[in-house]
Amino acid sequence: MKKRMLYQSMLLLIATILLLSACSQPGAEPSGNAQAEGDNGGATSADDTNAGGDGDAETAEAPGTGGSAVGFIFVGARDDYGYNQAAYLGSEAVEEAFPDLKVLRSENVPETAEAERVMEQMIRDGARIIFPTSYGHLDPALNVAKRHPDVVFYHQGGLKTADNLGTYFGTIWEPVYLAGIAAAEMSESGKLGYIVSVPIPQVLLNVNAFELGAQSVNPDATTSVVFTGSWCDPGQQANAANSLIDSGVDVLSQHQDCTKTVIETAERRGAMSVGYHADASSLAPEGWITGSVWNWPDLYVDMVQTAIDGEFADSEYDGKYRGMLADDVVQLTGYGANVPEDVQALVEEKKAALLEGTLQPFLGPVRDQSGEVRIAEGETPTLDELEAADFLVEGVIGSIPK
Amino acid sequence: MIADILTGALRSGTSVMLASQGELISERAGVINLGTEGSMLGGALGGFAVTVWTGNPWLGTLAGGLCGLLMSLIHAFLVITCGANQLATGLTLMFFGMGVTAFFGRGFVSEQIVGFNPVPIPLLADIPLLGQVLFNHDPLTYLSILLVPLLWLLLFRTRLGVIVRAAGEREEVLLAAGINPQLVRYAAVLAGGFLAGVGGVQLAVAFTHSWVENMVQGRGVVAVALVIFASWKPLRAMLGAYLFGAAQALQLTVQQSGLPISPFFLFMLPYLLTLAALYLVELRQRSRMPEALGRVFTGTSGG
Repeated sequence: MKKRMLYQSMLLLIATILLLSACSQPGAEPSGNAQAEGDNGGATSADDTNAGGDGDAETAEAPGTGGSAVGFIFVGARDDYGYNQAAYLGSEAVEEAFPDLKVLRSENVPETAEAERVMEQMIRDGARIIFPTSYGHLDPALNVAKRHPDVVFYHQGGLKTADNLGTYFGTIWEPVYLAGIAAAEMSESGKLGYIVSVPIPQVLLNVNAFELGAQSVNPDATTSVVFTGSWCDPGQQANAANSLIDSGVDVLSQHQDCTKTVIETAERRGAMSVGYHADASSLAPEGWITGSVWNWPDLYVDMVQTAIDGEFADSEYDGKYRGMLADDVVQLTGYGANVPEDVQALVEEKKAALLEGTLQPFLGPVRDQSGEVRIAEGETPTLDELEAADFLVEGVIGSIPK
Repeated sequence: MIADILTGALRSGTSVMLASQGELISERAGVINLGTEGSMLGGALGGFAVTVWTGNPWLGTLAGGLCGLLMSLIHAFLVITCGANQLATGLTLMFFGMGVTAFFGRGFVSEQIVGFNPVPIPLLADIPLLGQVLFNHDPLTYLSILLVPLLWLLLFRTRLGVIVRAAGEREEVLLAAGINPQLVRYAAVLAGGFLAGVGGVQLAVAFTHSWVENMVQGRGVVAVALVIFASWKPLRAMLGAYLFGAAQALQLTVQQSGLPISPFFLFMLPYLLTLAALYLVELRQRSRMPEALGRVFTGTSGG
């Protein structure tokens, strides 16, 4: 009897641990080619019948027009100094630019059929334009889009589209490359650290851009990459930051959803920080170097305007839109107080070259960790090829599953 | 490198260790509290919030402990007074803790605090290796280390300890001595909740200086598992918690070494190593679980 009890509780514990680890990764990031094909079938017929109402009447009009609201759904909290905060700032710009439109927001929306329910509710509340901002909201959004041809969906980072669903994203690896230059210039040890979540193409692309930027000014610079296995686990982030600093790394960057813990830990331990997603310079008055951020406000406003004007179809947003540094969709933040003029000047010079197109961060030859040439001499990979990155470049210390 | 791993063991193992000591008290008195995760979350949020409001991490620690205690009070009431199933109640409380702290924690995600920082102990911190590993931590970590021998003394060398253990073994003994076993269990569960809460405080206010929803990320569940695998012994539970912390530090070190090992395998390492080590200990010395552990108390003698 007692023995059974013991086994029962052990089983329950193990099940719980599995459950927790499965639930603990919101996966808010677009993950390149890691998407699942096909619908995930969370639609219910009840949703169909009670939400179809005024949709049928307006099918003659262009999708996205005639609404009284714009909906935004976020996978996390709006003030995480990260991914969701950046998108939230965009929603505020929409609110300001279109006083007649009500902005509906829903935070902490899981990437499940629950997201469909939230979007259906927003449509009932008058939204004809919806921004599902997390990668995993794509399949639910595609399902809802099918049921509501009169509504325009703008999904952040998706690789699949529909007649009334376009996706948008930015080439954040461009500012990350520039930040790598600044980091290598500022580092005394030449050892940089990169705290990331899981090895998906988007993450690998950023790490590679960072290291290539660093190498361009210091051929000996290395980037130690550490995977935490989660998009936001402050405990493991602090662990990783401490561990990297202990091993001699003096500049930390990251690819996490919530960025505060790593930046604050680095600051307390006297290491420098390169930010990601949102400007967190206020967290590190001493050690802030620069950061790569999304600039959604202007883009969101333009996308909403396009939809309201009934011009979504055949616009640049009707498909996979990728905003670049030149479009001001991705940006480099300001520099920290301790970044000398000459470093700032150098980075600005490289930035100008990048904007002109004379500087190509991924111009071959680019070798992977084993020394094999992955991008041939003189070649420049396309955006699609970059978004499918499956290797780490030479100079990155760390390992990814083959 | 060894020093880094051992230091990391204390850094990231302390929150788990505090929670496991709390759970150990509770289980010694006969109540399994799977809601430890919820108590830790309550403690983390309560401690963080009060530190934001008052600027005093010690007040935060007290508040966090009380939040953990409140969480466990729900468990105690349902299990001891109402006779609800311990495992089901604990699991429910765990998810309740996640929801309720995510809700009330909304406004604290972007807050900054001046929490506990490492305080090197003069002279001792200068000892090579040992100094860095043991004597350069935050105050809560030092207190947690002192707690373990104290708890052992309390449980195994005092009359109070006998009473607590009797509640988990033979409640008839307590009834015969004129002591209400229900009260003893209440006290043990609440003490456990308090310690789990302080474990949450250590995570939020000392280790990370952050609050985000669900930041405990299963550490409370690991703490409960440790108690079982550590055969309800405080010292073993402490070693288990540090081993868990060491494995977390080790996997980060291995990643930085560039060895061709999949990070996905390394993510499992802390759990695998901890399970394996405690299994080996178990093989050498058969453990005895408290006899009345998990039994729903009926209030009558003997049952």
